[in-house]
Amino acid sequence: MVTQVTSFGRSGLSDWVVQRVSAVILGAYTIFLLFWVASTPDASYEQWTALFSCTAMRIFSLLSLLSLIAHAWIGIWTIATDYLTPMSFGKAATKVRFLFLCACAIVLFVYFIWGIDILWGVK
Amino acid sequence: MPPPWLPDNNYKCFLGQPASVNLLRVIKVNNKRPVNLDLFTIKQPLPAIASILHRISGIIVFAGIALLMYVLDKTLASEEGFVAVQDFLDGAFVKLILWGVLSALVYHLVAGCKHLLMDMGVGETLQGARTGARLVLGISAILIILLGVSIW
Repeated sequence: MVTQVTSFGRSGLSDWVVQRVSAVILGAYTIFLLFWVASTPDASYEQWTALFSCTAMRIFSLLSLLSLIAHAWIGIWTIATDYLTPMSFGKAATKVRFLFLCACAIVLFVYFIWGIDILWGVK
Repeated sequence: MPPPWLPDNNYKCFLGQPASVNLLRVIKVNNKRPVNLDLFTIKQPLPAIASILHRISGIIVFAGIALLMYVLDKTLASEEGFVAVQDFLDGAFVKLILWGVLSALVYHLVAGCKHLLMDMGVGETLQGARTGARLVLGISAILIILLGVSIW
C-alpha cells in the first residue's frame, strides 16, 4: 500500500471518514450561528458574549475549530494533489505542491491559535 | 478490479502517480484516438459544474475564515469593538465581501449535504446526479439571495 506522507491520516479511508464527520460538525455549527444571528437581529454585546462564554458553546466552538483544521487540510490536500501535478507544473510539481501545502499549513496553524485565543478571551 | 468505465484488458496501474496522471496514461497507452483534455474547450455537464463550484467555494471559505474570525475577535473583545464592527459591516464594499464569503459557505454546505446523501447511496444514478446538481444549484441560489436580502 502506498501511503501519502502529506495526507491527514496517512490513509485515504481515514481522510474520507474525518472529512465527513468534520463536515457534519461544521454544518451544525454554521447553521446554528446563522440561525442565532438571524433570530436575534438586534443582539447586544452582553447577549453576544453570553452566548460564547457558556461552557457548552465553548466546547462546540472548539470542536468546530478542530474540525475546520482537519476538514480544510483534507480539502486543500485533495485539490493540491489534483491540480499541482506534473501535468500542470512539470518537474517542479513536487516543489510547488510542497510549498503550497506548507503555506496552507501555516495559515491553518494561525487559525487554530487565533481561534483558541478568541474563545478563551471571552469574559 | 478495473474501474467500470474501462474494459478489463485496458487497465494498467502506475503506482505512485496521481489518479489524473494515471488516467491520462491509460488513455494514451490503450487508445489510438486523439484525446482532448483541455477542460476549457469541453461543455461541462451540470454535475461537473456543481462539483467544481464545491471546490472553488471551499477555497473561498478557507480564505474567508480570516474575515469571519476577525469579526468574531473584534465583536467579542470589547463593547467598543462590537460597535466598531457594526459600523465596519455597514460599508457597501465590506457587505459585498461578507456576502461573497457567506455565499461560498452556504453553497459549500448545500453541496456537502448532497455529498453526504450520495455517500448513503441516494441519487447515485446518472439521472440522480443531474437532479442532485440541479437541486444544489437551485437551493443555494435561493439561500444566497435570501442572505443578500438580510445583509442589505
